Amino acid sequence: MTSFVQTEFFHNYRRSTSAVVGSALMLAFAFAVTAGPFLVDQNPYDIAALNLMDSYKPPVWLEGGDPRFLLGTDGQGRDVWASILYGARISVFIGLVAMIASCVIGTVLGLIAGFYGGIVDSVIMRIADIQLSFPSILIALFLMSAVGTGVDKVLIALTAVGWVVYARTVRGATLSEIKKEYVQAAKVAGLPNSKIIRKHVLPNVMTPLIVIATIQVGTFVLIEASLSFLGVGVPITQPSLGLLIKNGFDVLFSGLWWTSVFPGLAIMTLVFGINLFGDFLRDELNPRLK
Amino acid sequence: MTVQTQHALLAVRDLRTYFHTFSGTVKAVNGVSFDIGEGEIMGLVGESGGGKSVVGFSILGLIDSPGQIMGGQILLNGEDLVTAGEDRLRQIRGREISMVFQDPMTSLNPLHTVGQQMDEVLRLHSDLDAAARRKACVEMLESVGISRAADRLGAYPHQFSGGMRQRVVIAIAMLAKPRLIIADEPTTALDVTIQSQILKLMRQQIAARGASMILITHDLAVVSEMADHITVLYCGNVVERGRTRDLIETPAHPYTRGLIDSIPDPANRHPRLKQIPGTVPDIRNLPKGCNFRDRCPRAQALCAVEEPQLRPQNASQWAACHYPLQPGDLA
Amino acid sequence: MGKAGAFPDPADKKSQYSDMLGYLIKRLIQMLLVLWIVSLVVFLMMSFTGDPVFMIVPIDATDDQIQQARRILGLDQSLPVQYWIFISSLVQGDFGQSYVFRQPALALILERMPATVEMVLVAMVLAVVVAIPLGVYAGANPNGRLSRIIMAGSLLGISLPGFWVGMVLIYFFAVHLGIFPSSGRGETGEVFGVRTSLVTWNGWHHIILPAVTLSLATMAILLRMTRAGMMEVARQDYMKFARAKGATRQDVLYKHGLKNALIPVVTIFGLQLGDLIAFATITETIFSWPGMGKLLIDSIYRADRPVIVVYLMLVALIFVVINFLVDLVYTLIDPRITLK
Repeated sequence: MTSFVQTEFFHNYRRSTSAVVGSALMLAFAFAVTAGPFLVDQNPYDIAALNLMDSYKPPVWLEGGDPRFLLGTDGQGRDVWASILYGARISVFIGLVAMIASCVIGTVLGLIAGFYGGIVDSVIMRIADIQLSFPSILIALFLMSAVGTGVDKVLIALTAVGWVVYARTVRGATLSEIKKEYVQAAKVAGLPNSKIIRKHVLPNVMTPLIVIATIQVGTFVLIEASLSFLGVGVPITQPSLGLLIKNGFDVLFSGLWWTSVFPGLAIMTLVFGINLFGDFLRDELNPRLK
Repeated sequence: MTVQTQHALLAVRDLRTYFHTFSGTVKAVNGVSFDIGEGEIMGLVGESGGGKSVVGFSILGLIDSPGQIMGGQILLNGEDLVTAGEDRLRQIRGREISMVFQDPMTSLNPLHTVGQQMDEVLRLHSDLDAAARRKACVEMLESVGISRAADRLGAYPHQFSGGMRQRVVIAIAMLAKPRLIIADEPTTALDVTIQSQILKLMRQQIAARGASMILITHDLAVVSEMADHITVLYCGNVVERGRTRDLIETPAHPYTRGLIDSIPDPANRHPRLKQIPGTVPDIRNLPKGCNFRDRCPRAQALCAVEEPQLRPQNASQWAACHYPLQPGDLA
Repeated sequence: MGKAGAFPDPADKKSQYSDMLGYLIKRLIQMLLVLWIVSLVVFLMMSFTGDPVFMIVPIDATDDQIQQARRILGLDQSLPVQYWIFISSLVQGDFGQSYVFRQPALALILERMPATVEMVLVAMVLAVVVAIPLGVYAGANPNGRLSRIIMAGSLLGISLPGFWVGMVLIYFFAVHLGIFPSSGRGETGEVFGVRTSLVTWNGWHHIILPAVTLSLATMAILLRMTRAGMMEVARQDYMKFARAKGATRQDVLYKHGLKNALIPVVTIFGLQLGDLIAFATITETIFSWPGMGKLLIDSIYRADRPVIVVYLMLVALIFVVINFLVDLVYTLIDPRITLK
């Protein structure tokens, strides 16, 4: 640990306000997501714990607020703060899992395209090109409209959208790596492809992949929220932050703003934290800027 | 300190330009003095990283943060440019002193036509109308050896070869008839065959206008053909200066000698060129005493203790060395 | 990329034109290929999900009626045959009837297109007008206090869920202050045969909130690209050379820097226009804006397959055309790039 503390990376990290703030926000979120159920008394999914008498209470600092409900309640008497903690779990889960799936699939496809070239490469890369010329949200929206709602389906749609960046990055690195003489020599000497990949290709793409992956979690959280807001994302039984906003939107015109504003602030905090930290990572890990 | 003060067009006195970086202060130019008379060509020589370019940019007041001129004077006809304001410096840049950069591939704006980039100088520094400016540009382009000049005003830099681009850069530098040209490695990025053409062109242009020039280069062979005087820089300090012929034939400083020995001699093809052993020391952390002593064949105990000062060696030659070479010495 | 030493020669004009023609033909084939692949993907996705027959037969339909409807829709055929029918009717401009509206799907979409286009245009103009000057400023003064605030704001801009911003705007300006309408499109007037709300006060009054909502993310992205471009350009030799000519720092930044810095921004511009069209679906839903995006979302709810298909094909067409136009604009800005 001392050795990490002494590195230039750590030194720059401490000097960078945005990196510290960003990672603090991410950590706070990680804590809220893991410890969430223990932080609140009410399980918002437990119908028995809800009391219609408590419906539409404003946040505590407003007139009529109830000290049991920090950020107020929704129409079923559900604690907004508890809903956010539970909803954030779903949002973060989807963002992380979809990122990992995209990263794995994209890396594998990128390696295949780079190593084997030819028609396999062309097909994979043409698909990637075409996909990149369409906005992710539209592709995801279309896929969801075709396959229907559900956490698993959101994961499929996000992965279908997200693999492209990894595939392109990995393919580029693979191509430039296998052109190098020592890799060619190793190949001729019978070094298995798996070893070339492990020893030569992956170390070279790790840094850009880390940056892409970090920022992608934020992007995925936003896309999932949009899909759920439109009603084609997660089902009503597993409300993510986006779905909470949608539910709150329906009563916004009655002046009941807190059921939608706070979940939105939660998304903003999370994605802002990720982007702050991701920005720092990109500047720090990009050798060209040094 | 020098014999030519009263005739000097430009007199640099104890110039110090430092760069304040995260890992320490880089004293890129640390007490440099020299003079250039009217119509003279002075070669500023040294290895890369020796602070030559920084001298050039300091004269034009183009040192950007984290760099800063910490002290000294730059006197143009007696006017100190170090203390001059940005407005005054802008009048001087391009008009009194202009600059030719090292790489013609990058010193021209790729999105503006050659004509636009030439015209800019005249719009900044003359009252000519559009037609007169155009005429001046065409004449200038022709004089640097570009044919069909009128047509080519509308061409973009990428439509020219490297040598042609450097001709354009020279044309831009000459347009406002400046008194001093600072040429920073003007031929380094060019093919060998083009280099001598460009040098010849520059000498012609200078001579025709009676202008002076500072030729910044690492290539002593180039300066020895062009310059009247040579100033040799090492680690931000002047280690030797003198008339070209004297300095080449009887160098007093071992560093100068090393530079001369590393010139390839076409008449006498050595199997291997002599090189100065070692590398330039870390300029953020210079040793006490003489900066060159670790690489110097003549270094003795005194060199590690006391920094040598620039001292006259003969009528025209000055060197900063405790044990200077004498004519006839074989280093 | 042009070759060094190649001068524009009048004698080359002819070959230039034939180069250009070759390029256009190549691009056209590419564009058709993309559209064909999109049609294939759309068709396959639609075929594997759900049975549209239940959308058009009454709930109490008999098996015979269902079979009859299948035949009419061509659903009793094999997949390749179905695709052949699908693609050949597309080529003939027959996009089918909306199950819900019982009208030609294409006409439905085209009728709503002006509303979407006007909102996207206003959002784009807004984004450009704000983003470019701020991005240039932040790039020119990277360490300034104001620049840091601008950059933090732009990062916030890409971290906000757009639909949520729209809601907050509605709550604040429409529900709370009551100075803007919360939903719907305003009065329209006719210009060149297109009905647009951009010619009436009432129309502008209605379009402000949705357009601001839609533009925020694009604004933030363009701003960051412009800044990055300016910072990259500031390091170039030609910037210092221009200053050595005696030009002011401002002149150098704007005359020499900006155009160079904007080249990468132009690339992003095309993608952003696409994003705006995509995100318009959400913005239109929030603001009940009667555009084709809202129609798409409504059609997804109602499984109105023909409308979804037309929307996707039309948007795909718009995107390939935008990409093509961006490449053309590129050649106008950068003389080094030729159409090949």
